[in-house]
Amino acid sequence: MSKAADRARPDDVDERGRRRNAAKRARALMEKKANAMPVVEAPDGPRQVRVVEAELVDPAPHGGIAEVFQQRYLLKLIVQRQLAQMYAASVLGLLWSYIQPAMRFGVYFFVFGVVLKSHGGNTPNFALHLFAGMVFVHYFSETWSSGTRSVRQNRALLLKMRMPREIFPVASMVTAMYHTGPQILILLVICLIVGWGVSFTSIAAGLLGLAILLTFAMAMALFFSALNVYYKDFQNIVATFTQFLHFMVPMMYPYSTIARLQDNHPWIYQLYMANPLAESVLLMQRFFWYPTVTDTTKAPLSDHFPPDLWERGLIMLAITSLMLFGAQKFFSRLEPKFPERL
Amino acid sequence: MTESIVVHNVTKDFTLQYQRGLKQMAVARARGLTIKENFKAINDVSFTVEQGESIGLMGLNGSGKSTLLKLINGVMQPDAGTIRTRGRIAGLIATGAGFHPQLSGRDNLFLNGAILGMSEKEIKSKFDSIVDFAEIGNFLDTPVSHYSSGMYARLGFAIAIHVDADIFLADEVLAVGDRPFKKKCVTKMQEIRQAGTTIFYVSHATASVRAMCDRVLVLESGHLNFDGDVEEGIRYLQYDDDADDIAKKGTTDEELGADI
Ligand SMILES: Nc1ncnc2c1ncn2[C@@H]1O[C@H](COP(=O)(O)OP(=O)(O)O)[C@@H](O)[C@H]1O
Ligand SMILES: [Mg+2]
Repeated sequence: MSKAADRARPDDVDERGRRRNAAKRARALMEKKANAMPVVEAPDGPRQVRVVEAELVDPAPHGGIAEVFQQRYLLKLIVQRQLAQMYAASVLGLLWSYIQPAMRFGVYFFVFGVVLKSHGGNTPNFALHLFAGMVFVHYFSETWSSGTRSVRQNRALLLKMRMPREIFPVASMVTAMYHTGPQILILLVICLIVGWGVSFTSIAAGLLGLAILLTFAMAMALFFSALNVYYKDFQNIVATFTQFLHFMVPMMYPYSTIARLQDNHPWIYQLYMANPLAESVLLMQRFFWYPTVTDTTKAPLSDHFPPDLWERGLIMLAITSLMLFGAQKFFSRLEPKFPERL
Repeated sequence: MTESIVVHNVTKDFTLQYQRGLKQMAVARARGLTIKENFKAINDVSFTVEQGESIGLMGLNGSGKSTLLKLINGVMQPDAGTIRTRGRIAGLIATGAGFHPQLSGRDNLFLNGAILGMSEKEIKSKFDSIVDFAEIGNFLDTPVSHYSSGMYARLGFAIAIHVDADIFLADEVLAVGDRPFKKKCVTKMQEIRQAGTTIFYVSHATASVRAMCDRVLVLESGHLNFDGDVEEGIRYLQYDDDADDIAKKGTTDEELGADI
């Protein structure tokens, strides 16, 4: 297996690939390995005929994400593994994934809600406004960053066994749900305590926000997991980026702060609103936070949501769906080269 | 008879990448150094295997045997040509099974079984038999990174052989096991061969290949230079085309060492 020998190939190999002294090498090798494997004669009796019902197919996986969901048992095992691995040798285990967001929430609430008062006095239940955003930003960050690392991390499996490789970023996405699920539950409980209701509009907003979030997170995880196989720099780039995400969505401050940018820096406003995560967070707040606001004169709808919330939301879903489609195409193009790049 | 594996004009290029990481690549490019180089690990190979045939795959080290097996089981994809296979494929390729180092033998057993296409029920029903065969005893709940290479191969083989595959691939992995275990494996392979499973067997041990195989393929630097009778294949490998070569003493022992 010496690589040096391969590079020397042109000189001592004939046009059919037979090396100089090939026979001599073979004799030496066979002499050395003559007894490496025991000889067991075939059992007596006629050979059976095995009837294989399947068609002749390409053995390499080509089904993409769809194939992952056909192999749900395997997906389940990989998710269990990721969860177990994250908390191996840790006393508090799974609790860590709640302690960290809880502390982050405490800090943000103190700094932005109490000290800086960035809610400008027109955001009742500011804590909920903040929390509703944080849960989904957390979900996105985790899917994106652990998804980016996932393919590379499973190198040992990938090099030896055939499987749809999309299974690793998909598993990251499912694992992130395990961490976010209980947070959403806490969010719901708080909403109910404060006084919450659902309407047709708010449910539609919640579903639209969720759809944008899931397609966007999956697209980013797929795309970057493939890139990260080629250049490991990407996992650091992604980790750096996720640090800023919290500030790039309207949760520590109300939408009106951003809307004011329209006057002097219209393009900054457009750039900010072009972030699918910002749109998704707005829709989630429409579902979780806004119905808890009792006195809507204090918090008029126009202060907290863009006038074109729905148009933007639908366009954004179309865009993130296209992104997911593109990311799958990109992944499928790079995937055949994964084994040799890892 | 039905075709089990159809390989048609398959070529696999490997890129030898000398620089890794964006920064190193930029530096190398600026200095005009070679960043990569291509070579063909499998070069325009074609053959067809019928269901139930047992093939001995031979060739010096580095000739592309493991690469060919990876192409057949779908871990790698050819850069040119097509590969078609029929049915479930299992086996052991290159050094060791696809295990996750931090997971215990038990977890890896389930994971590996699921990847090979077994259902949860199927794995559970074969669990005891696999553990028995692997002889890993009370190491079952130890992370596989603590296993010896023999144990690693034993567990890998035990899972693969229990898959009830239509095509079974056995690379040189078994070389690390102890003799009684190897014997058990070869016996088991004879059993599945008798039951009509297509087998690919990589070995340098000629006697073992004679007993196990119906046909031999010889790879030389990625070229399929021989495809046919077992005895002829072994002879092809060992004998020089021109008799003078035998007299020549061109190869030093060191050079031979590189092959082994
Ligand atoms: N991932 C890889 N990247 C680059 N070269 C590789 C890779 N895997 C194998 N090779 C090279 O391809 C050639 C064939 O290797 P292999 O199939 O392992 O040979 P064999 O199994 O016959 O010993 C060798 O020269 C080896 O160095
Ligand atoms: Mg090999």
